[in-house]
Amino acid sequence: MKQITAILEGFGSTLLLLLRALSFSGTLVRQRARFFEQCYLIGYTTLPIVAILSFFIGSVLALQAGYSMQNFGTQQFIGSLVGLSMARELGPVMVAILVAGRVGSAIAAELASMKVYQEVDALETMNIPPARMLVLPRLAAALVMVPVLALIGDLVGWFGGALVSKYTSIISIEPEAYFAVLRRYTHFKDVVNGLLKAEVFGFVVVLVCCNIGLNTRGGPREIGASVTRAVVTSLILILVVDYFLTQVLM
Amino acid sequence: MPSASHTRNPFTHVETPAVGVAVEHLTKNFGSLKVLKDVSFTVEPGEIFVLMGPSGSGKSVLLKHVVGLEYPTSGRVMVDGHDAASELTRERVRMALVFQSGALFNSLSVYDNLALYPREHRVADEAGIREKVMHALRILSLEGAARKFPADLSGGMKKRVAIARALVMEPQLMLYDEPTSELDPVMSATISEIIASLREEYHVTTIVVSHDRDLALNIADRVGILMDGKLIFLGPPSELREPKDPVVADFLAPKIDLQHPRFKKLET
Repeated sequence: MKQITAILEGFGSTLLLLLRALSFSGTLVRQRARFFEQCYLIGYTTLPIVAILSFFIGSVLALQAGYSMQNFGTQQFIGSLVGLSMARELGPVMVAILVAGRVGSAIAAELASMKVYQEVDALETMNIPPARMLVLPRLAAALVMVPVLALIGDLVGWFGGALVSKYTSIISIEPEAYFAVLRRYTHFKDVVNGLLKAEVFGFVVVLVCCNIGLNTRGGPREIGASVTRAVVTSLILILVVDYFLTQVLM
Repeated sequence: MPSASHTRNPFTHVETPAVGVAVEHLTKNFGSLKVLKDVSFTVEPGEIFVLMGPSGSGKSVLLKHVVGLEYPTSGRVMVDGHDAASELTRERVRMALVFQSGALFNSLSVYDNLALYPREHRVADEAGIREKVMHALRILSLEGAARKFPADLSGGMKKRVAIARALVMEPQLMLYDEPTSELDPVMSATISEIIASLREEYHVTTIVVSHDRDLALNIADRVGILMDGKLIFLGPPSELREPKDPVVADFLAPKIDLQHPRFKKLET
């Protein structure tokens, strides 16, 4: 019962934080420096790991598919499998998981530390709402940058699949043939749906991590506990939201 | 010197009516723990009111009620006639709280810590903000620390920066939470002098939460003593020099009794 109450409280406080942050949307233009700083942190600093991970996901996908398909002689369709899987599912989900692990944890740690060391209280006494200064620029940056990361992840994953398809003896498909099949079966709508998913995941992750960080009570130990809670909650929510979004976008 | 009933803005020198605070039957519970029990007192406009009491007596919680960071279980706190629990009060009355830890923004330089409030509230252009910040730093003799970060400052400097940051808000009500804790005796005296000087020069209403006896006796107009959530003393500091209440006397001048140590009488 206590856990159900805690979940409901968490849901309510997250919703309230969202509404509060949105009520300050008009201030985003004059907070552009903070917005660009967050774009840099969420986007640019996460890009290398997104590229590495996406490359190997695309590669492994092509390798596994090639291994299975050789029994049926259908290796020429590897491009469609990698293209659709990356665009519709693996690209957005993997990017969201990376954002949760890298960006979400950093947000939760920073805000939890600010809360524990009374910096958030100091903001409130200065009549500077934390939702305006600390949450809104991060949410806006997530909305912009996470789909960009997902798109780059898709492209790098497709490229990884093409390389494996060409240089693995059990597949041996030229990139032209690989990309021709990929283009034929992966439609613009599939890519857009994937980016939309990434946008929702990124928004949810940043919102949840901000809320958990800002509701931290106690000392340094609780900062660590908040980071763990923020990342675990984000990962669960990514998969739950993914299921419902996939249903809606089918 | 500003007139007795007015607070002078340290930057514009404009005088505005000083604000008073009324704590009315304030009770605060955290679950089953009763932290404040029907506390009532007033702070007159322009007064330095020092709230004393042992650790855990509810002083800081009471201060948080004044600034609207905590909400009463029952009773209320009125600041210049407005309920402190209302967010609008922070817009109507400029209040500044100097936190015990300083609560400086660690990611910002001293200059940016001070400039945050005027920038966020757009009270001046960047040149005006610079002038204001440097003036506040000069008042606290901190000109050389503008480019430093909080991690590079000593405990005393952090407190002074926190006071300077509060001053930039042009407050009508200054609140200090344990301003002399963790400081050496000389620095404690310096901070006490700063608090008194700011009141003398700008006539800003001041509430200080402290268990520093010297601070209370030297700069307070009136003192309240909170013990176990109840106000057990309210009066001028002169009455504390020879207190009649043995509990108050023991709090202000505790004797070290090695034969009957206090900690052995404390409940676990």
